[in-house]
Amino acid sequence: MEMTSKGAFSSQVLQLDPEREVARICGRMRELMLSRVKRRGVVLGLSGGIDSSVTAALAVAALGAERVLGLEMPERHSAQESERFSGMLAASLGIATVKEDISGILESVGFYRRYAEAARRVVPQYGSDWKSKIVTSDVIDHPGFTVFYLVAQGPDGSIVKNRLPLTPYLEIVAATNFKQRVRKMLEYYHADRLHYCVAGTPNRLEYDQGFFVKLGDGAADLKPIAHLYKSQVYQLAQFLGIPEEIRKRRPTTDTYSLAQGQDEFYFSLPYEKMDLCLFGKNNGVPAAEVASALGFRPEQVEMVFKDIDTKRATTSYLHLPPLLVDEIAW
Amino acid sequence: MNLQDDVRMFIVDTFLFGEDGGLKDDSSFLEEGIVDSTGIMQLVAFLQDQYLITIEDEELVPENLDSIKKVMRFVESKRRAAKPILGVA
Repeated sequence: MEMTSKGAFSSQVLQLDPEREVARICGRMRELMLSRVKRRGVVLGLSGGIDSSVTAALAVAALGAERVLGLEMPERHSAQESERFSGMLAASLGIATVKEDISGILESVGFYRRYAEAARRVVPQYGSDWKSKIVTSDVIDHPGFTVFYLVAQGPDGSIVKNRLPLTPYLEIVAATNFKQRVRKMLEYYHADRLHYCVAGTPNRLEYDQGFFVKLGDGAADLKPIAHLYKSQVYQLAQFLGIPEEIRKRRPTTDTYSLAQGQDEFYFSLPYEKMDLCLFGKNNGVPAAEVASALGFRPEQVEMVFKDIDTKRATTSYLHLPPLLVDEIAW
Repeated sequence: MNLQDDVRMFIVDTFLFGEDGGLKDDSSFLEEGIVDSTGIMQLVAFLQDQYLITIEDEELVPENLDSIKKVMRFVESKRRAAKPILGVA
């Protein structure tokens, strides 16, 4: 991938040859399955979003539909449209699916109770019929340290937004991580019973910026799209014939009971702009050039560059394997 | 102990396992990799509890919280603004 030799820096730098890239990824997947992973097929969780849809389609293109199992794992707060979209995707690819409603497991580990208790520390009236999400301060409009808020909606529709102190913030995140870890546990159950491996679905933004749960959605045997910027995932989606409704959806975390955009919780910008900032930073493009492509001021892009470094530093431990005192070689 | 020592002790105990490693009063917590955004939340909780101050969202900026010296100046200004000061450390 190279910057265009003429003209200004623009989203054109992210343009792929989708046919070639799909062939390259599929070749590499087959090679890794045969030489390293040594399993007969692939299990992956389907969220109805673009990343899991493209990963599933790549697995089908690489190994055949009969070697891919999609898992649908809703819980009581999942968006209803998620299942409609994952069903649509599975039908279009012709892959088998298993549905595992994880609400019972989450209830057993106390997720709903723990979450509500933590939420009540900042919204005392928070009850089981309330919905909520975490949002962060805006990196560009509010330079400074990241501030986290709980946005809660009561049964009458009224909204409360309160700053989260450390303890309830950590408790809410820790409880919510049960969702990703329970899903991964089920993916490995099905992978083990079929002698398949598990494919992870992070794109480059998520992988680079540590937007995943360690031993949750961060766990996998293969991550076929971790090198692709989000806009490139969309390019492959079109080439692979992913249904248009899935391609037109805005990315959502579908993790909290209130709908939450990824750029409300984690990324400082919508993905199209975040992609360009990350590409610019990775390829030594001056902030002023990135800024002019995005219609920002250079100092705003500098802030995003700084935020990228901060996230890399604070999430680097998520990528680490367990650390040993002495290296053990074999 | 004075405010400066209190803050230093909190930072060293909480984030450096008790070893100050040459931490200066004007060392940037962020640049030195001592405190991240979660750490700042911890520092804010400490300052609010210890000095009975309320730190507003717009005050959560490096100019107020990114070194021992900055924290000290910030807390002093908050305490002055909140007079009469209650009997706190």
